[in-house]
Amino acid sequence: MSRLKNTIEARNAKGQKSFVAYLTAGDPDLEATPALVHALVKGGADIIELGIPFSDPLADGPVNQRAAERALLRGVSLAKILEAVPKIRALCPTTPLVVFSYMNPIYAMGFERFAEKAKAASVDGVLVVDLPPEESLEYRRLLKAQGLDTIFLASPTSNVERLTLVDQCSSGFVYYVSRTGVTGAQTSISQSLDSEMDLVRKTVKKPVMVGFGVSNAAQAAEISAKADGVIIGSAIVKLIENAKSANDAAHELEAFARGIRQALDA
Amino acid sequence: MEQMPDSSGYYGRFGGRFVPETLYGPVKELEKAYAFYSKDQTFQDELRGYLFDYVGRPTPLSFAKRLTEHLGGAQIYLKREDLTHTGAHKINNAIGQVLLAKKMGKTRIIAETGAGQHGVATATAAALFGLQCVVYMGSVDMARQSLNVRRMKLLGAEVQAVESGSKTLKDAVNEAMRDWVGNVDNTFYSLGSALGPHPYPQMVRDFHRVIGEEARKQIQAAIGRLPDELVACVGGGSNAIGLFYPFLADKNVTMTGVEAGGYGIEGGKHAARFSGGALGVLHGALTYLLQDENGQVAETHSISAGLDYPAVGPEHSYLHESGRVTYTYATDDEAEAAFRLLARLEGIIPALESAHAIAYAMKKAPTMGKEKVMLLNLSGRGDKDLEGRFA
Repeated sequence: MSRLKNTIEARNAKGQKSFVAYLTAGDPDLEATPALVHALVKGGADIIELGIPFSDPLADGPVNQRAAERALLRGVSLAKILEAVPKIRALCPTTPLVVFSYMNPIYAMGFERFAEKAKAASVDGVLVVDLPPEESLEYRRLLKAQGLDTIFLASPTSNVERLTLVDQCSSGFVYYVSRTGVTGAQTSISQSLDSEMDLVRKTVKKPVMVGFGVSNAAQAAEISAKADGVIIGSAIVKLIENAKSANDAAHELEAFARGIRQALDA
Repeated sequence: MEQMPDSSGYYGRFGGRFVPETLYGPVKELEKAYAFYSKDQTFQDELRGYLFDYVGRPTPLSFAKRLTEHLGGAQIYLKREDLTHTGAHKINNAIGQVLLAKKMGKTRIIAETGAGQHGVATATAAALFGLQCVVYMGSVDMARQSLNVRRMKLLGAEVQAVESGSKTLKDAVNEAMRDWVGNVDNTFYSLGSALGPHPYPQMVRDFHRVIGEEARKQIQAAIGRLPDELVACVGGGSNAIGLFYPFLADKNVTMTGVEAGGYGIEGGKHAARFSGGALGVLHGALTYLLQDENGQVAETHSISAGLDYPAVGPEHSYLHESGRVTYTYATDDEAEAAFRLLARLEGIIPALESAHAIAYAMKKAPTMGKEKVMLLNLSGRGDKDLEGRFA
């Protein structure tokens, strides 16, 4: 059984919600990433999404764009991130690690080579933002061959037909985008989310995590009510951006994650 | 000839719909609407009406007598897209897309622009149909094409400066896509070249094929046969595909696409995708892309903002691979020399983009016999390129 499935089922069995934390790998530098991931896990994050910096992140808002730019300026690449994953694994032996990328870095490496390297590095799952299920046949075949979970996005513009397809193509969980738009913190939750989630829960059989625009404990608690868990990204990336040092960032991330965990368990 | 694209939006192995999930529904909605209206006679008649009565079609085919004599080889004919309303071929597609947006009930139009010609064309069409218009433009391009920025504003469009990445066309596309993903309900993305996710490459080609259809008739009327070679500049590739498409089945017609060679291929400062690119995915399509070994998109360089883009339309990748079209490049210096030469010899100031096609003709025509005929797409006029260049 996959680490993702284990982790999510363990939370569900206790009647609890999962907390998925995203950060851009290699921001502020690749040496800092294992400690930052570890801090999130110590605070209570269940699953970690490692964002792969890309030159043209068209689904991301300004916060994640800047993080990608910082990482790229340091020469961070998909290959270097995969080389660093075992260091993260050593600190977090049971935490599912998900590679969160745009298509081109993975395409440039080649699906097969990527899948082998990711598996060898102990990556658990992969999500490619601009790879819809329709284009993913070869990708899924090669990732499945390595036992990697493939996570796909669903959004408010996905109709029943697409939700079904996304569910079929996904393993581990389905990432539900809470509102149309790019990544980034929002002051309020989409008003239509409640009714959209009813349709999602009725259609999607796999666990559903909700992300995009979730930035604080109150929102996390509210949003997770109809899902298996929440995903928080930009708020974490912003803490890293504003921290005076990587060490400070680690402390702040741990405290932030603890706050989310408490809100989810309350 | 095989039907391109296939039902999944592929030209051979190029194209597709590589978009985030939120855009997949809207892209399919667009595909459905376009499939309907492309066969709807009322829509086609209305579009043709605008192209004739407003855009000024058909555009002339001019024999470039003095340029031909000067080069001493093939006879050169110019398809005069510079004479359309707004001064470039871009208006053919902008009118088509904005009319489609109106039919689809969209109230807000967004567009990206490099040289500013697609932005001006979209702003023009939005004004004509009474729709709100926002144009994304890299700040580097705003500085080098400031006349077009003023035109867009005068036409009532909001011009949003893009400060991310290289601050040029590719970053403007990123920003337009970010806008679209957040406003899918009321917004239509008017994409300016034959790139992006399906159905854009097909739709843009279809709105521009009028260029080639007219040229085909005009050249036959002028010389009683088809030309020996077609030439067009290739950024995303909209003017080139518009000219080439109606000739693809004419096996005796050679076709050449001219990319931006920038400072030259050796130093990497260029936008010649077929000389330095590899397969990759950008802005929704799998195609030739300038990128580094890690799959990060390369920063391009061209004197011409409209060709300064790292990917090429997927149908061009197919035509390259099938060998039907030959792709070459002209450097900044060659384009600038061509720009001046055409002004002096023909009284036509071409856009710097189109000057790349002229630059190729300057090299190729002298090697061809005087009985040979070269038909070149003069995709736009060069007023926009005068600033800071000539006193």
